[in-house]
Amino acid sequence: MTHRENHIRARDQLIRELPDRVHAAESLREQFLAHLVLAGEIPAPTFSESNRVDTLLMRWSEGGLLNCSRDGMGNGVALRPGTDGAQTILIVARADTALDESVDHALTVQPDCVSGVGVAENTISLAALATLPTLLDLLNIRLKANLVFLAASRSVGRGNLEGLRYFLANNAIPIHFGICLEGAPLGLLSYRSIGMLRGEIHCRMPSDYQWANLGAAGAVLTINQVINRIAAIPLPRRPATSIVLGSLEAGHTYDHYARQALLRFEVRCESALQAQQISEQLADIVAEVRAQSGAHVDLDIFAQREPGGISISHPFVRVARHVVEALGVPLQIAPSTTELAALIDRKIPALTIGLTRGESLDDEREKAEIRPIYQGMAQLATLLLAIDGGLCDEV
Amino acid sequence: MKFSPPSPHNTRDIAAHISSWLSSHTFHHSQFADVRKLVEAKQRQRLTVSLCIPTLNEEKTIGKEIVVFKGELMERHPLLDEIAVIDSGSTDKTREVAAEFGADVYLSSAILPELGEKRGKGENLWKAIHQLKGDVIVYIDADITNIHPRFVYGLLGPLLIRPEIQYVKAFYDRPLVVAPGVRTAGGGRVTEILVRPLFSLFFPELTALIQPLSGEYAVRRTLLETLPFPIGYGVETSHLIDIYHRWGLDAIAQTDLDQRVHRNQPTVDLGRMAFGIQRAFFARLKSLGLIKSLPDLSTILHQFQSRDGSYEEIEHAIREEERPPMITVPAYRKKYGLPEK
Repeated sequence: MTHRENHIRARDQLIRELPDRVHAAESLREQFLAHLVLAGEIPAPTFSESNRVDTLLMRWSEGGLLNCSRDGMGNGVALRPGTDGAQTILIVARADTALDESVDHALTVQPDCVSGVGVAENTISLAALATLPTLLDLLNIRLKANLVFLAASRSVGRGNLEGLRYFLANNAIPIHFGICLEGAPLGLLSYRSIGMLRGEIHCRMPSDYQWANLGAAGAVLTINQVINRIAAIPLPRRPATSIVLGSLEAGHTYDHYARQALLRFEVRCESALQAQQISEQLADIVAEVRAQSGAHVDLDIFAQREPGGISISHPFVRVARHVVEALGVPLQIAPSTTELAALIDRKIPALTIGLTRGESLDDEREKAEIRPIYQGMAQLATLLLAIDGGLCDEV
Repeated sequence: MKFSPPSPHNTRDIAAHISSWLSSHTFHHSQFADVRKLVEAKQRQRLTVSLCIPTLNEEKTIGKEIVVFKGELMERHPLLDEIAVIDSGSTDKTREVAAEFGADVYLSSAILPELGEKRGKGENLWKAIHQLKGDVIVYIDADITNIHPRFVYGLLGPLLIRPEIQYVKAFYDRPLVVAPGVRTAGGGRVTEILVRPLFSLFFPELTALIQPLSGEYAVRRTLLETLPFPIGYGVETSHLIDIYHRWGLDAIAQTDLDQRVHRNQPTVDLGRMAFGIQRAFFARLKSLGLIKSLPDLSTILHQFQSRDGSYEEIEHAIREEERPPMITVPAYRKKYGLPEK
């Protein structure tokens, strides 16, 4: 029997056993949901995620993981040692959210779904990290490879993946494969990172601005000039490029000119060169509006990702596609701008997978379905077995 | 030997006992956060523990309570042997949701049906003694938004480490939910303007309980089965008086469970609660001989509301009926193999 035939036979065997793993995950429903509630109801705005990380650490410690600790950047880290430890697999979910501490984080558990802020984005993944040690024990899975669990701090917004990058830069054990967890959708498969620039344009009217002058504009009209010019930037279809104007804040009242305005944006692009060109165009726009309006207009690009990743024909991606297809859920291939990018930067073969069906809405209507979670957890366990069995190695 | 409460006028002894009780019988849930140790203590003493959640139309919060307690305190740590919902006849999906997540669900009216059905939370608590199996029963309300395992292990802890303690009451910093955020202080209005003044007058040592009306407590069955049960608002107050009068303050403990986020109650509802508590309280004063005679107390609470510039009266009939100690119920004695009386 050839190596390829062996490979296919081993993969098919893993796929055949998927229903057993789904069943095992279902038997842990209450534990999973308890983890979800107890982690998800702890506010964890970026840079203040330590309480949520501590909850994960306690659970990992009780789940038999070793070296459960917070590292220098506040990441929660734990180790499930492999039987030979020749390889190490990293499983990562971000611990922080873009939600302020004052937001009501209460979750509601119904028979078919859990709802509440942040549940799909991304507390489901933390619950998966908390439940996985028990699931692996239940399935009698002893991996040859070390398994490193990481609840990453400082991921979103201005965090800019700082926690994961710090871990990768300072971790003594080399990482051979990475799996990044997203709450939804189940069937998501990201193996490439799209190039990204994330930043803010801040407009402040100077203190000596002559408000009485005819034509006085205030910060709203000034930031509007910036927006109009950004909208006029020609974007190529290839390499695919987009500029997302995500948030705009300005002023306080009806009857006073706004003194300040803040525009938050993200540029996404398949090409690093194209992204760099747009960055330069944004700098030009800001300089021009600053000169014309007399306002202080500043550009701050604080997060950047390089495009990259593995190809769709990589054995890791192939196995992951087979698993998703075997689960009978639609495959959703999409580039990532989240944790995957930090692993790609380090040339680590990595994927982002989704765990359930859900909607990310940033409010209390946000929902995650319960039943698909069993499939999501089975998918995760199967990928670990596939990596451990050498099915994801490039020949 | 029966406990002899100190005279309310013996202020020096009372203050000294309260002070000593507060330091020896007041706990914080964090003292019991190592649940594995509690499980060991429970197993060493061969105790079983039941959790009772009385419900009436709680479909929004009951699912979360069940999964948190079942996931954390049955499956991860076998501290609870039974989780039961005793429902007063919800018209929403409370019973379905609770059953879906594996709780044992009972309709209150179906328990001891030969004794009839009375309306009130106390009825569910009383019937739970017959239906549930545990040597210790923990009562937790179903409307807690920020549910956490500490609500159970914080109450069980004192019972499992101190055999002389019979009854553990929760207290909190209780923010009231006011949309869209949460207020950081408040709650306990009936306690502060009614119950604590009454306790100060007649049972000053009971004022040491920070929140005597909290609906969360853990009790040993051996004590619980001997208590009569007002079925309405007076159940908690009456229990404290009965336990105090028979066993003294040292049979009681209290645990700080930090915050409890719950629905706010309108003042008129608190008025009904205060009325029921006073009826139960006066009944206790009379039965204990602390008041020689009382006129027949009205069962009607009069409240008023304005409508289109005029005022109209609303009458509420609040009877505060009482169930006898469960140990006197023949069906209970039979179920638990106690000799017939």
